[in-house]
Amino acid sequence: MVKRQLMLGNAAIARGAYEAGVRVVSAYPGTPSTEISEVIATYKEVYAEWAPNEKAAFESAVGAAYAGARAMVCMKHVGVNVAADPMFTVAYTGINGGLVIVAADDPGMYSSQNEQDSRFYARSAHIPMLEPSDSGECKEFTKLAFELSERYDTPVFVRTTTRVAHSQSYVTAEERKELPLKPYVKNVKKYTMMPSSAVLRHIEVEKRENKFKADLAEIGVNTIEINDKSLGIICSGVVYQYVKEACPSASVLKLGVVYPVDTELVRRFAAEVKRLVVIEELEPFIEDTLKAAGVKCEGKNLFSLQGEISAALIKNKLYGEKIKTNTDYAPPRPPVLCAGCPHRGVFYILSKLKLTVSADIGCYTLGAQAPLSAVDTVLCMGASIGIAHGFEKAAGRAQSNKTVAVIGDSTFIHSGITGLINAVYNGSNITLLILDNSTTGMTGHQEHPATGKTLKGTSAKILDLEAMVKACGAESVRIVDAYDLPAVEKAVKGAIDEDGVSVVIAKRPCALLGKTRGVPYAISECKRCGMCGKIGCPAIRKNADGTMTIVAEQCAGCGVCAGLCKFGCIKKPEKNLKKT
Amino acid sequence: MKIKEVNILIVGVGGQGTLLASRIIGKLAGLYGLDVKLSEVHGMAQRGGSVVTHAKIAERVYSPVIGEGCADFIVAFEKLEALRYTQYLRDGGTIIVNTQEILPMPVITGAAEYPSDAVKTLKRSYAVISTDALAIALKSAGNAKAVNIVMLGILFSKMGVTLSDAETALAACVKPEFLEINKAALKAGYTL
Repeated sequence: MVKRQLMLGNAAIARGAYEAGVRVVSAYPGTPSTEISEVIATYKEVYAEWAPNEKAAFESAVGAAYAGARAMVCMKHVGVNVAADPMFTVAYTGINGGLVIVAADDPGMYSSQNEQDSRFYARSAHIPMLEPSDSGECKEFTKLAFELSERYDTPVFVRTTTRVAHSQSYVTAEERKELPLKPYVKNVKKYTMMPSSAVLRHIEVEKRENKFKADLAEIGVNTIEINDKSLGIICSGVVYQYVKEACPSASVLKLGVVYPVDTELVRRFAAEVKRLVVIEELEPFIEDTLKAAGVKCEGKNLFSLQGEISAALIKNKLYGEKIKTNTDYAPPRPPVLCAGCPHRGVFYILSKLKLTVSADIGCYTLGAQAPLSAVDTVLCMGASIGIAHGFEKAAGRAQSNKTVAVIGDSTFIHSGITGLINAVYNGSNITLLILDNSTTGMTGHQEHPATGKTLKGTSAKILDLEAMVKACGAESVRIVDAYDLPAVEKAVKGAIDEDGVSVVIAKRPCALLGKTRGVPYAISECKRCGMCGKIGCPAIRKNADGTMTIVAEQCAGCGVCAGLCKFGCIKKPEKNLKKT
Repeated sequence: MKIKEVNILIVGVGGQGTLLASRIIGKLAGLYGLDVKLSEVHGMAQRGGSVVTHAKIAERVYSPVIGEGCADFIVAFEKLEALRYTQYLRDGGTIIVNTQEILPMPVITGAAEYPSDAVKTLKRSYAVISTDALAIALKSAGNAKAVNIVMLGILFSKMGVTLSDAETALAACVKPEFLEINKAALKAGYTL
């Protein structure tokens, strides 16, 4: 079967892994990496799973590679931080079956809390890193990564950025190459990392890297295009596509391997061209390597560390061409909690009670937006609980009485549990709210250990969140319906008045799962009190005369607004009521 | 008529179906044997935020992103979003805009005002085709979600694509059970 088709970069990575004979894939969802796992799960020959977090996923993949299978683990850039512990040491042990790590960076922060550059992980852990520039290369480089992994006995990174992961271009699908499981042979000096063996493996790491560097020309994915020699550009990934569009006549060195950088090739290229410019998103990773090797070049003197590069930006920086700007006014449109979102009412109560809220990573980060404005801090996955605990230890019980941690079900399982154990163990007086919407919402509804389903769609044991928090030692647990605002308010007030660690679990499935979509509400004889406007529902709009209207096409029928209207003006229309 | 090179920027509000629209454009390029790249937005912006999808068709496409001043068409599923991205339109390009209003949260809270004359403003400076795609979607397909397909119908007609090619591309991208209502929406837009 040879078939050319339009494919998302992430789907192409999945395809490449499939064709390379991958047997085991593990991941935790994270934009822009999520679709790799969703696509790979559709291949029946591949075992694929959602793990509770990137560290657990990484270790699954390492185990599979040790066992002799080709294995892959996928994560967004901040997920690499979570998986960094096993990652640094598997670089020492090496592998048996090929091990590929996909790290998806997000320049411009379309869906992330920072703009960290994963290439530094490759350098500090001495793991080779490939960077594809379109979907076709996503597939080819992933296959190559498995080969290199086995040839050099090392894990290999494939790094993408949002524009590669979430762009579609043509890919030619080929047959899968089924590989037998490599025999596993016990080898304590290779696979058991304690000082005596790790000292020996560290020697191997350096040897391997030197061999890899020496073989870069043969590996062959660094390419030189000599055109007009007055300008030479060094780039990688999607930036190559921008360069080809902006500077069609320039000479270009495209690095397919971004770590280790082939400094010999760079020197040869530098000698050919008059002006040498490194164009790279985020940090001056390639530029610094070149400068350390004594190659004179330009780079971050022209381009910022922030955001994405574009063809227009390159033309602006190199040729002084103006970038067309917008002269029309449009008010901002930030993302919002959806109509019917079960988090909305909870944040309304937290805002009403004037609590200090340490929130977490997920849709509910949007509780920070006006008019709810209910969030004080968001840091990283699972941090809400630790921050509330530390806040209380520093500021005392009086402050903690007003401080609550808010976390979603998937994020709690990802990395909130250890924070909760810490708070209980160290005698904290905090309140934890778990917003249980029965899914991993923001990344597009993935299963997790408390949903009862796996990535492959099979049924699974359900992690009982109430039993879980009780097992951590948080004995006071209140469970409420997130749509029932009086109950939410009563539970939160009761919980913050208690000593010790108290927990409120607010349950309601995500409105986008389609299970809770009800008959739309309507407002009649509005008294212009404005109460329903305070919950920030995108289905409720204010008219010129100050009355409010519910847009029927957008209303999910949750009824949270109806509960807030003191005059009882918000109801389901009569004719609809009869139907239900 | 056969297309050779075209850049289409699709803008709208998260949840309006810009991804499906771009995928249909991608299929269409495939029918003509042309190179195509699509760039999409996933994740947080999809939660009711402003979303933009790029579709570039040519003999050979490099950047998946349309540069400022390079779009032949801006297809705006919501009129405020047309205003937000006008810098992408090339001189002589066309804006196809749905007159539907979806209020952004800063307008709902009173922190900002929705421009009362968005379409008029657009028409002062650009070639604009404006239509109430929501009404057409409801009338032709009986479903508000078909706004994206109505808009595509208008676009394909302006691009000079035949209705039958447009239907072939559509059929390759939607579930068979929804094909008939989508075809109705496509045709309603196409024949507008």
